Amino acid sequence: MMLAPSPSTSQTVSRSVLLACGALLGFVAVGCKHGDSSEKPGDKAAAAAPAEIKIGQTMPYSGPASAYGTIGKVEAAYFQKVNKEGGVNGHSINLVSVDDGYNPAKAIEQVRKLVEQDQVSFIFQSLGTPSNVAIQPYLNTNKVPQLFVATGATRWNDPEHFPWTIGFNPSYELEGSTYGRYIATHQPGAKIAVLYQNDDYGKDLLKGLKAGLGDQAKSVIAEATYEVSDPTVDSQVATLKASGADTFVNVTTPKFAAQAIRKAYDIGWKPKQYLSSVSGSVGSVLTPAGLEKAVGINTVGYFKDPTDKQWDDDPAMKEWRAFMKESLPELSTSDQNNTYGYIAAQTMIQVLKQCGDDLSRANVMKQAASLKGFAPPLLLPGIALDTGPNDFSLFERLLLVRFNGTTFVPVADAAVVSK
Amino acid sequence: MEGLLHQVFAGLANGAIYASLALALVMIYRVTHFVNFAQGELALCSTYSAWALIEAGASYWVAFVVTVALSFAMGVVIERVVIRPASRAPALSVVIVFIGLMVALNSVAGWIFGYSTLSFPSPFPAEPPFGNHYIGSHELGVIAVTLGMLGLLYVFFRFTTLGLVLRAVADNAESSRLVGIRVERMLGLGWGLAAAIGAVAGIMIAPIVFLDPSMMSGVMLYAFAAALLGGIDSPIGAVVGGFIVGVLENLMGAYVIGTELKLTVALVLIVVVLVVKPSGLFGQPVAARV
Repeated sequence: MMLAPSPSTSQTVSRSVLLACGALLGFVAVGCKHGDSSEKPGDKAAAAAPAEIKIGQTMPYSGPASAYGTIGKVEAAYFQKVNKEGGVNGHSINLVSVDDGYNPAKAIEQVRKLVEQDQVSFIFQSLGTPSNVAIQPYLNTNKVPQLFVATGATRWNDPEHFPWTIGFNPSYELEGSTYGRYIATHQPGAKIAVLYQNDDYGKDLLKGLKAGLGDQAKSVIAEATYEVSDPTVDSQVATLKASGADTFVNVTTPKFAAQAIRKAYDIGWKPKQYLSSVSGSVGSVLTPAGLEKAVGINTVGYFKDPTDKQWDDDPAMKEWRAFMKESLPELSTSDQNNTYGYIAAQTMIQVLKQCGDDLSRANVMKQAASLKGFAPPLLLPGIALDTGPNDFSLFERLLLVRFNGTTFVPVADAAVVSK
Repeated sequence: MEGLLHQVFAGLANGAIYASLALALVMIYRVTHFVNFAQGELALCSTYSAWALIEAGASYWVAFVVTVALSFAMGVVIERVVIRPASRAPALSVVIVFIGLMVALNSVAGWIFGYSTLSFPSPFPAEPPFGNHYIGSHELGVIAVTLGMLGLLYVFFRFTTLGLVLRAVADNAESSRLVGIRVERMLGLGWGLAAAIGAVAGIMIAPIVFLDPSMMSGVMLYAFAAALLGGIDSPIGAVVGGFIVGVLENLMGAYVIGTELKLTVALVLIVVVLVVKPSGLFGQPVAARV
């Protein structure tokens, strides 16, 4: 096998690398120049062209997280539907949704282009913690609203440092503390084992769990991590079983959640189980794991799971299914991401309705931070969205639900656990 | 003690997964002297085909046989259409072609079949054998199938004329051509066989790790470590390497370095093997005449 390139090739390569570097430098310089003066044209566009509301978005339509790309498609289709029905206060909506491949560097480049060339008024539901962390300083410096960020990291609720950024998902910390409070009240003296993904998602939830446990935080007796590149988590589950824990908090993404539930059952470990809502899906987690192995698992929910039969006759679910059938027949109606996108789009429309005719960036941000008990019908009963100038967290509470072998039902003794 | 046994058996089960894919890597290496980075994604596409056939109503074994045959054909076609045009290019270009193939196949699989996690049926009983809690029937089955494939490969290369011809082509393509061997056809055959082995591996792996487009990304890395540790041109080495990597990874993760560094074990292993003994445990040292 010949690995060393011939001298002539390597020269060509280094020359082209140099050229590429030069081009890149030039590009960055141009980009910075644009960045400095970006604020005015955008504001003007928002103020001077009231007929159309132009919204920007980055989505992982390709790359490792492309499963989530479907969210962007649902949102675009929902805005189309609103436009057909006359728009919001007479304004039509134009969502410019572009691919960032789940790559933060690409996200920055795309967002600059959206703000400076496409002159969008604001960014809506850009997906992924890394990408949003990357674009947050740019958007805040230029006072462009970064609305309803599609990730559950805790950092989006920070009005003091990032007044132009507001999250959407309930934070993983809120979810963790919900479990912690419930365990502290209903299972005092529990011995808890935690399996978590070794990143912000896992760590945030673990932090919330310990906060919720309060003075019982010491009852977490075993912790094991995994990387998304691990083929299985069997070894970790065996380690946790060996710790002698009687409660298992499973903070994993769907594939690993199914593996962990199955492995725990197969090796004869029968703890009380709390499963992160990220994987709280009957169709894509519990069914692959084996429904009989999942009976009794607790999770939290905030919106109706389309694979859960108890919502089959629910009017909101029927409306959503009809929308999917008409606008996006190629997408799956058992994918929770499609429900999620629908709810996020409805929330956006609510904010725009509240804006009236003042569609300046400042007012859009102000209205996003003034949601009062807004309850899209696909949310679970008892859940509503509330924000305020000093509280950028949409969710105040989550519903604890338990799997009974066919569906998730609210846990009677702790139906609603408050923040 | 019970915990240790759990770790060892879980490691052996994982090891069988790595070994089965490492076998496909070794197969292609023996014929072409290239490490095929797209091997995992080829196996992924095969597994999805099997899943689609089963969903469409085919019985497990029909789906199995049809998939292995289809994968063989796919291997031959890819060799002819994608690899052969690049065969006279420098090694680096071929590597880039492999990487391109990997990304493309992964995206195509996701585009066609979606990204949600699917369960894949197992031909083995659901209950663990002898009522034990350490290893499931499917895991045992995978170990048996992997050893079976190893036996078949050994017999093929050692005792059949075709196996001899393949070895000759790998060893010296030019001389082979001069004695009348149709080298291109043999390369195609090698690709086909590797894809077929990969298909069996994928079908065996999917019930354990669940089927989604990222199913192979992690497995592939460990399979590389396994193949390198055993010796990239040795089928026996690939299997032994697979089991060693699987068990070592679990024991190190559980008792020595913690779960955060499990993947690092595989990476360190790759580097150590390449530095200390590039031919691996069972491989033949490469000697080139200059």
